[in-house]
Amino acid sequence: MQPSKGRILVEIRELRKEFEGAPPVTAIDGIDLDIWEGEILCIVGPSGCGKTTLLRIIAGLEKPTSGKVLVDGKTVMGPGSDRAMVFQEYALFPWRTILGNVAFGLELKKLSRNEIVGKAEEYIRLVGLSGFEEKYPHQLSGGMMQRAALARALACEPHILLMDEPFGALDAQTRNFMQGELLNIWEKTRKTIVFVTHNVEEAVYIGDRIVILTARPAKIKSIVDVTLGKPRDRLSPEFINLRRGVLESLREEMLATFHSGR
Amino acid sequence: MGKDTVYTLLSIPLFLLCWELFYHVFVGNPLLLAPPSKVLPTFAELAAGLNPRFFMPLDMAYSLFHYALGFSLAFLAGFSLGVLVGWFRLADKISYPVVELIRPIPPIAWIPIAILLLKLTHTAAAFIIFIGSVFPVLLNTQNGVKSVERKFIEAAMTLGATNSLVLLRKVIIPSSMGSVITGARVGSGIAWMCVVAAELFGVAPYGLGYQIEMARLYHSPEIVISYMLAIGVLGLLLDRGYKLTERKLLSWRIGLVAT
Repeated sequence: MQPSKGRILVEIRELRKEFEGAPPVTAIDGIDLDIWEGEILCIVGPSGCGKTTLLRIIAGLEKPTSGKVLVDGKTVMGPGSDRAMVFQEYALFPWRTILGNVAFGLELKKLSRNEIVGKAEEYIRLVGLSGFEEKYPHQLSGGMMQRAALARALACEPHILLMDEPFGALDAQTRNFMQGELLNIWEKTRKTIVFVTHNVEEAVYIGDRIVILTARPAKIKSIVDVTLGKPRDRLSPEFINLRRGVLESLREEMLATFHSGR
Repeated sequence: MGKDTVYTLLSIPLFLLCWELFYHVFVGNPLLLAPPSKVLPTFAELAAGLNPRFFMPLDMAYSLFHYALGFSLAFLAGFSLGVLVGWFRLADKISYPVVELIRPIPPIAWIPIAILLLKLTHTAAAFIIFIGSVFPVLLNTQNGVKSVERKFIEAAMTLGATNSLVLLRKVIIPSSMGSVITGARVGSGIAWMCVVAAELFGVAPYGLGYQIEMARLYHSPEIVISYMLAIGVLGLLLDRGYKLTERKLLSWRIGLVAT
């Protein structure tokens, strides 16, 4: 247990998710998890194991078959801006400028036009996109689009930021750089972040804790506390050891998937 | 001046020359057809409003009025219904058979009903134009709404747009704007073509379509063709107008699409 752990923000209780079909597919088979306020929790697991489904249930985009998710003590009934999400494919609105995208969530609150623009610009500055306010998403690079998506989510001032493989579509250098940027932004905002990734190095680099899921149906295989100080050195022996541990744990699950033909 | 420009500039004179030759070689009767050498001066005279019997500026105003009335109603109805049937599956299921049955009936086939129900009024003309142009608007809007990407709706929902009216206004309509404008452009083109049909049966003593028929009774092909020319020119201008609007409303797509 890390000393920094304070309040529990998200409680996941006996969560199960089955997708209808013939035969029905069980994606999540009993997950219990507490997420602490202010932590970066990474979720890794073999591909197709249901980690995105877990995130989507927290977001309210999917309904659990049984069990529940509580955020701030309240059961999640549907999507809401207290749980803003950043998607792998950015999902920026192509008909809105960067400013317009970041302002989207703010427009839905009772704010004046000046407050909206002021706040949006503040978050655009935070992610380092000043000067690009009037550009359209397709005029930006992948890394910049993902910064804009991050600013858009943060501008809603959510209690929790859900990130679904946000850097998965970026090239390796941009990806490493964005991981550093995310940590800088976290330093400034101290947001609770749930971060789904299939990239173990990424999880070890940014995570305070790493939840390893089993192959489908997803259960929690283990939770790794990452006690290394930040910023982390990707080449230090401790970092590499942690990475190896998580990778081996994952490999077991991959093999299980492979042999069972799932 | 490039080679292409030369060809473009040659296009119309060449066409006029062929027409002139065709007239002299094959027709030669001024009661049946007029050559461009006769049509062009007639057109200039009519467009300037110098012929009191065929006062073209007023005819243009009447036709544009019929077009505007019919097409604006068609746009409003087509757009609202398109959003409705695009978004609510039930509305689509209920309306689909009726729409598909009525859609193939040409606007001209509605003329008798229009006259019986609405008499010889502007509304009757607008009705014919409405019938002709409502379906392209409706179907394109529906298509646009149906093809809104799920990720945009989900993103909007996690940003707090949980109410379906807000989603409609902020995500679904803006993201289907491209299709809506395509529908409007196609619809507008058909609406303009329907103007002639709608005016032929004499809803008013003016109008481009009405005068074409009058000029035929007067055995003045040069006037008939002049009015045809007026319809072509105004139709072209209308389409250019839509193109400009499209470019303005969809400026975000510059660089995203090929053209």
